[in-house]
Amino acid sequence: MSSSSHWRTRRQRLALVGEQCPHCQAMLFPPRDICPSCHGPAKEPYHYGGVGSVYSFSEVYTAPDAYEHYAPYVVALVQLEEGPLLTAQLTDVEPEDVYVGMPVEMVTRRLRAEGPEGLISYGYKFRPVPERVAAH
Amino acid sequence: MRPALPVGIVGYGGYVPRYRLPASEISRLWPSGGEDGPVSSKAVPGLDEDTVTMSIEAARNALDRAGIDPAQIGAVWVGSESHPYAVKPTSTIVAEAIGAVPHVLAADWQFACKAGTEALQAALGLVGSGMVRYGLAIGMDAAQGKPSDALEYTAAAGGAAILVGPAEEAVARCEGSVSYVTDTPDFWRRPGRTYPEHAGRFTGQPAYFAHSLAAARELLAELGWRPDELAHAVFHQPNVRFPTQAGQQLGLSRQQMALGLLSPEIGNAYAGSSLLGLVAALDGAAPEQRILQVSFGSGAGSDAFGWITTPLLPERQQLASTVRDYIARQRQIDYATYLRYRGQIVME
Repeated sequence: MSSSSHWRTRRQRLALVGEQCPHCQAMLFPPRDICPSCHGPAKEPYHYGGVGSVYSFSEVYTAPDAYEHYAPYVVALVQLEEGPLLTAQLTDVEPEDVYVGMPVEMVTRRLRAEGPEGLISYGYKFRPVPERVAAH
Repeated sequence: MRPALPVGIVGYGGYVPRYRLPASEISRLWPSGGEDGPVSSKAVPGLDEDTVTMSIEAARNALDRAGIDPAQIGAVWVGSESHPYAVKPTSTIVAEAIGAVPHVLAADWQFACKAGTEALQAALGLVGSGMVRYGLAIGMDAAQGKPSDALEYTAAAGGAAILVGPAEEAVARCEGSVSYVTDTPDFWRRPGRTYPEHAGRFTGQPAYFAHSLAAARELLAELGWRPDELAHAVFHQPNVRFPTQAGQQLGLSRQQMALGLLSPEIGNAYAGSSLLGLVAALDGAAPEQRILQVSFGSGAGSDAFGWITTPLLPERQQLASTVRDYIARQRQIDYATYLRYRGQIVME
């Protein structure tokens, strides 16, 4: 990822900021200039809560460049509770434990690094919602 | 030391990664004569975790408990000895992720294992002078120990975020703080080197104990607190023996140390260590309890803090994951997986 695209996408990657169309109220992620539902200009930022569920998933064994060291890993379509469907890596979970409908939450993790000298790219991944132990 | 305005902790959050390396795995690889390891296991970050990602999660927990608009945060400071970049701040990435940019002070702090409490003292001062309403201080580390070195058993990952704000909104008021610092060369790392060096047993009496106990005693004397009046006491935890002995030398009971002593299960979280212990104590404390927190950083120095919990604490304890939640969420790994997760296996 170049410095410019790294900078341009920082709010969506780090804080899950998309848009809500001011004309038809469609919930958009990632943010875009034109609403795909009503084709009006979409410029209203919306901060997603980061809670969702696994819509579908696949286990990746042959990974693209800069992701080889994660393989095997799970990529999922995650349905946010506000509506949008997005693609993200699942983390802190064994592939055999993933199922359709699994409740997940957003975490910010390392996505990739441009070698030992380049930028480190951070962004959203999803993990199973952690269990809570009993109150003390 | 005490700020001009009354201040305290308005939100707090810890983070411990999911993976645990048992001490038995290290002694299996590097037998050293049959001695038990200094901790039973240590917390290890996953492949996609580092000081930035762990700081973000701890900060989000602190914000969930505080319930404030992150745009009101006037400072985001991260103390660590494992910042992912040599040049480029951890704190700007954290501030962006939690929504505190752009009107915010942001900086990374360095003082071995007390970098986090140094940031906390500065935040108390900044909020206590009225310059900002809220300041976020984070101590976080993903520590590396040289393979086969004694530190490999304990060099762990984790830490905590403390959101400092006005005392009337606080779950714990700051009653005072003391720093005790000398030039004591017990542990260091030169630029460009992967692993730190240390002075063996010298890290004990002249370094850890001298600074921790002096800071603790001076603070207790300043506040007029007797050790038996403390509900909880938390020390820096490079192993189990040091904080346990420090507590004994102050006349503290096992019960006073229980909530905040995490090193037996997760190892030494370096700049996150005493802050994570403080957060674990806050997770379990009741209102109007006195808490002593003492950090230690090599090089060397200790920061001591006196906290008194408030009636606002119980309602905020369950607003985010507790340290115990994170410790319970664990998966044991073997030494080979540990090397992989720490990036020690060369792929190209």
